Amino acid sequence: MSEGHSTYTPKTGIERWFDARMPLPRLIYDSFVAYPVPRNLNYMWTFGGILSIMLVSQILTGIVLAMHYTSDTNLAFDSVEKIMRDVNSGWLLRYLHSNGASFFFVAVYIHIFRGLFYGSYKAPRELLWILGCIIYLLMMATGFMGYVLPWGQMSFWGATVITGFFSAIPLVGNWIQELLLGGFAVDNPTLNRFFALHYLLPFMIAGVVVLHIWALHVVGQSNPTGIEVKSKTDTVAFTPYATIKDAFGMIVFLFFFAYFVFYLPNYLGHPDNYTVANPLKTPAHIVPEWYFLPFYAILRAITFNIGPINSKLGGVLCMFGAIAMLFLVPWLDTSKVRSAVYRPWYKLFFWLFVADAILLGWLGSQPAEGAYVFMAQMATLFYFAFFLIVMPVLGLIETPRRLPNSITEAVLEKNKGGSGHPAGATAAPETKG
Amino acid sequence: MSATDIHDPNRRDFLYVATGMAAVVGAGAVAWPFIDQMRPDASTLALASVEVDVSSLQPGSSLIVKWRGKPVVVRNRTEKEMKDGEAVNLADLKDPIARNANLPSDAPATDANRTTPGKEAWMVMVQVCTHLGCIPLGQEGDFGGWFCPCHGSQYDTAGRIRKGPAPENMAIPVFKFISDTKILIG
Repeated sequence: MSEGHSTYTPKTGIERWFDARMPLPRLIYDSFVAYPVPRNLNYMWTFGGILSIMLVSQILTGIVLAMHYTSDTNLAFDSVEKIMRDVNSGWLLRYLHSNGASFFFVAVYIHIFRGLFYGSYKAPRELLWILGCIIYLLMMATGFMGYVLPWGQMSFWGATVITGFFSAIPLVGNWIQELLLGGFAVDNPTLNRFFALHYLLPFMIAGVVVLHIWALHVVGQSNPTGIEVKSKTDTVAFTPYATIKDAFGMIVFLFFFAYFVFYLPNYLGHPDNYTVANPLKTPAHIVPEWYFLPFYAILRAITFNIGPINSKLGGVLCMFGAIAMLFLVPWLDTSKVRSAVYRPWYKLFFWLFVADAILLGWLGSQPAEGAYVFMAQMATLFYFAFFLIVMPVLGLIETPRRLPNSITEAVLEKNKGGSGHPAGATAAPETKG
Repeated sequence: MSATDIHDPNRRDFLYVATGMAAVVGAGAVAWPFIDQMRPDASTLALASVEVDVSSLQPGSSLIVKWRGKPVVVRNRTEKEMKDGEAVNLADLKDPIARNANLPSDAPATDANRTTPGKEAWMVMVQVCTHLGCIPLGQEGDFGGWFCPCHGSQYDTAGRIRKGPAPENMAIPVFKFISDTKILIG
């Protein structure tokens, strides 16, 4: 899709003046107006745009919150309460920011599962996928550090547990942990550096997003059939087709987001975090934010030593390994067919994997006792088996369904069995011959 | 090119290598303060020792003091707790090492090695779970010692790990009785 020549023609004198000096209008026109997108994209493809506005929303609300927040252990908790009670519209900005983080993750998980379902990571989109994984890692770091800032009980103990991961590293672990904390326990130096980094990381995310979109515009978007664009009839222009579809997706998504902000603003948080941090008392039940729960369940599932690796290091390795799997997906999946639409067995295992991820999330919210531990161990086993066994083996033994010759053919085939409108009679361009 | 390549190293080669080395050393020297500033600062390190009055502690009671930002429990153990601690077979322990900063690093985790000579009733211990740093709850769990609510680690009456994901016995800090009723920690 990158091979298309620029079709931008500056019309006014100002546009010509800019185009000769710094062709920014041309870049915008080529990227967001004339850019050809596959004609068969469904609503799963609107989450890239949704994620972009969530990032902008988080940065805007975050900057204004920082103007009222104090990153000192004696003042942080009260400054957040002051935002909630005294600052004009402070409650709204904070609820937008805290729920915005959750909805950012809702969108990113749908975006990642969409990639796994339609094989969006396969050549030539490996780098695009890896850049996405890096964004996801940066999001997790940002989300974790942001949750520490209100200095409630969950903030403090979440920070203690997560920085404790690093003490599992042999030999240098304790040194690294002290380096992260700036002391022997989570305290004022920790809060200050987390605040500084929480402010920095979103801009690094924005930087990697630019690389992600750049890589996307070189290789072009994947699509539900997984077949590459072959001719001009396979595509439509980004504007108006994709812009309108993205805008509609965003509005529906923001509707759910607004529902939580206004009616369930604390549903995704923990009551314990409205208690000020106490370094001498651990809450009875520590749970991370919901978006970390599957990984938390994997961490806790390793209760046994594996040879020379003790249970603590084993749990930490499995947890980071669970994320590392995503980076390897382009090479673990051996199938030549991209889309799960044409892969009956992969489709089955994909949905089992989705169920497994949700089960792990639920187990992560339960206490680490009795049957929960065993269930978490089995679910962890399936998690890794999906990547390390199912993905490589299915590609070799599965017989895919017949692939259409082109996106256009797939669309027309689907349309034939549809409502019975004669081709061309409908206004929908994606179904027009 | 090939004609000049076989010459002995000349002035240009020397300058090339010297410049490269200077750049590497310079980059390291610039990077170090940025890493170094993250380490615990002087005021944090200054809080290295605390004195505790334990005259009020009856057998079966404990108190907690804050040392280096972490809770240290001082417990006057009951007869039963001491007997339970001594009765444990060392082969049953997940971590056979005492983890007592007052003893050599390979001392076995006997009940006596977890305390101090002549004061075997007294446990002085950093009450931080060796798994991921939560504060275990005292006198709970299957072994009558400590139970960590975060990830289910269970410790016995001498603070030794018996069950769950924690890898080590809870740490015994450097401490000594400076009188019958006063302990100096750190």
